[in-house]
Amino acid sequence: MNAVMPSGIRARFKLDYRGFSLDVDLSLPGRGVTALFGHSGSGKTTLLRAIAGLEQVAGGFLEVNGVVWQDAATFLPTHRRPLGYVFQEASLFHHLSIRRNLEYGMRRVPEAARQVSLDQAVELLGIAPLLDRMPDKLSGGEKQRVAIARALATSPRILLMDEPLAALDLQRKQEILPYLERLHDELDIPVLYVSHAPDEVARLADHLVVLERGCALASGPLGEILARLDLPIRLGEDAGVVLEGEIAELDAEWHLARVAFAGGSLWVRDSGVPVGQHVRVRILARDVSIALDAHTDSSILNILPATVEQLAEDTHPALALVRLNAGGVPLVARITRRSAARLQLHPGQTVWAQIKAVALVG
Amino acid sequence: MLGETDLAAIVLTLKLASVTTLLLLLIGTPIAWWLARTRSAWKGAIGAVVALPIVLPPTVIGFYLLVAMGPNGPVGQLTQSLGLGVLPFTFAGLVVASVFYSLPFVVQPIQNAFEAIGERPLEVAATLRASPLDTFYSVVLPLARPGYLTATVLGFAHTVGEFGVVLMIGGNIPEKTRVVSVQIYDHVEALEYTQAHWLSAGMVAFSFVVLLVLYTLNPTGRRK
Repeated sequence: MNAVMPSGIRARFKLDYRGFSLDVDLSLPGRGVTALFGHSGSGKTTLLRAIAGLEQVAGGFLEVNGVVWQDAATFLPTHRRPLGYVFQEASLFHHLSIRRNLEYGMRRVPEAARQVSLDQAVELLGIAPLLDRMPDKLSGGEKQRVAIARALATSPRILLMDEPLAALDLQRKQEILPYLERLHDELDIPVLYVSHAPDEVARLADHLVVLERGCALASGPLGEILARLDLPIRLGEDAGVVLEGEIAELDAEWHLARVAFAGGSLWVRDSGVPVGQHVRVRILARDVSIALDAHTDSSILNILPATVEQLAEDTHPALALVRLNAGGVPLVARITRRSAARLQLHPGQTVWAQIKAVALVG
Repeated sequence: MLGETDLAAIVLTLKLASVTTLLLLLIGTPIAWWLARTRSAWKGAIGAVVALPIVLPPTVIGFYLLVAMGPNGPVGQLTQSLGLGVLPFTFAGLVVASVFYSLPFVVQPIQNAFEAIGERPLEVAATLRASPLDTFYSVVLPLARPGYLTATVLGFAHTVGEFGVVLMIGGNIPEKTRVVSVQIYDHVEALEYTQAHWLSAGMVAFSFVVLLVLYTLNPTGRRK
């Protein structure tokens, strides 16, 4: 879009009432998906609502792509902010048809400011067959897709999504996730995505903000944040890293696909993704074990040479987290402290990372 | 059968109910909106004042309105200084009294409808660039339609059915303040039971049809 405009989001909010506090000072990228991750009560939704102007936080500061939306002298009301907002429940206007729902916001945007056409929004979310129906005739997943298209049809400068999948069952989530990935690939605007689901974050986010009790514990590129050993404790069983790579080769005989990334390559189950496609893989810390020799007599398919970078305590006193460097790419392994002692693991040591499971996440 | 005075009473009643209902929808909407949305400590007090006509005998309302609108009452002084004369025993006076008397029957259904809509559709509309006033017309009013239907029917029917307030404020002036309910009273006083029967049966039929229409168009528990 406009390359001259300073891009990025600056948000500073401090709120303290009825036992709940929010105290953040964030600088977020002006493009890509930023996940606001945290457990319920961490303040992630309040932060999103403050950015939308739905929550008035006195003394806050907010600048989006060079335009001040809130400071000491300014408070742009929500309807004057060029944003798209997707609520946890689709919240369609049930007195209007799907088409009229989609047009509702678009009509209120001056024609000169319209960059997304109704057809584009409809096509992007695959909702053409639904246009003439009423909202109560749609499934939960369909409603949420309409709600996303409705937000996009206003040509927003930023898209805010508050756990758009949380109210849906697993099947409906699987139905919508591919569309969210398309948004990620095709939209030129920043997306703030509130979630408490690590798998959604691993799949969609480029940038991660971890919130706890109203404070931002960490904010940075997804890979960097996930490889930090002080945060996985908060992720529990979901601790792990996400790697970016592309499909380099398919093995038709064994139905496997080889994903090449900066630090080497990994074999994953062939899920029909073509060679050359950019993919993300997620490796959970509990699926990574450490060996001093390269075992060839093991069932484990993916074994990478790596260097030990850091050891840290884990949630349980029996466990330890180890950060490995596999050719410049960080991996996190969860092993027992006894094993760490037996192998005499220490920073700088060369080891083999045995990866038991790799999940293609998009 | 119906005589000339009976027909005049019917026309007057319909005119009174129509004007009253129209005024009530205009006055009742902001009151209902305020009651539905406010967090003010006054909410309870204002809500109670609006609901008073439900519990008070019509004669009490009529009495105070008569005093207030009379030549020495505050409203009477105001209308006199504006050159409007005094309101009791006029059609305008009846309208004012009816508006007070039927207020809760219009405000409460609309207020309930506003409350049922909740906060979310308003927030959604704001994120879709609709100003608060725009939101009111494009989202709140259409969603509150069942409430408005109930309010209109109840306001109209309740005004048609009033007797005590009319007698206190309007007296019994043919073609000016003599509505159907008063006309029936007159017939009975004069032992004209046949005429009383015609008008009374007409009222029963009218009320039944009104409620039937209301319950058919607006069944409870079938909100989309």
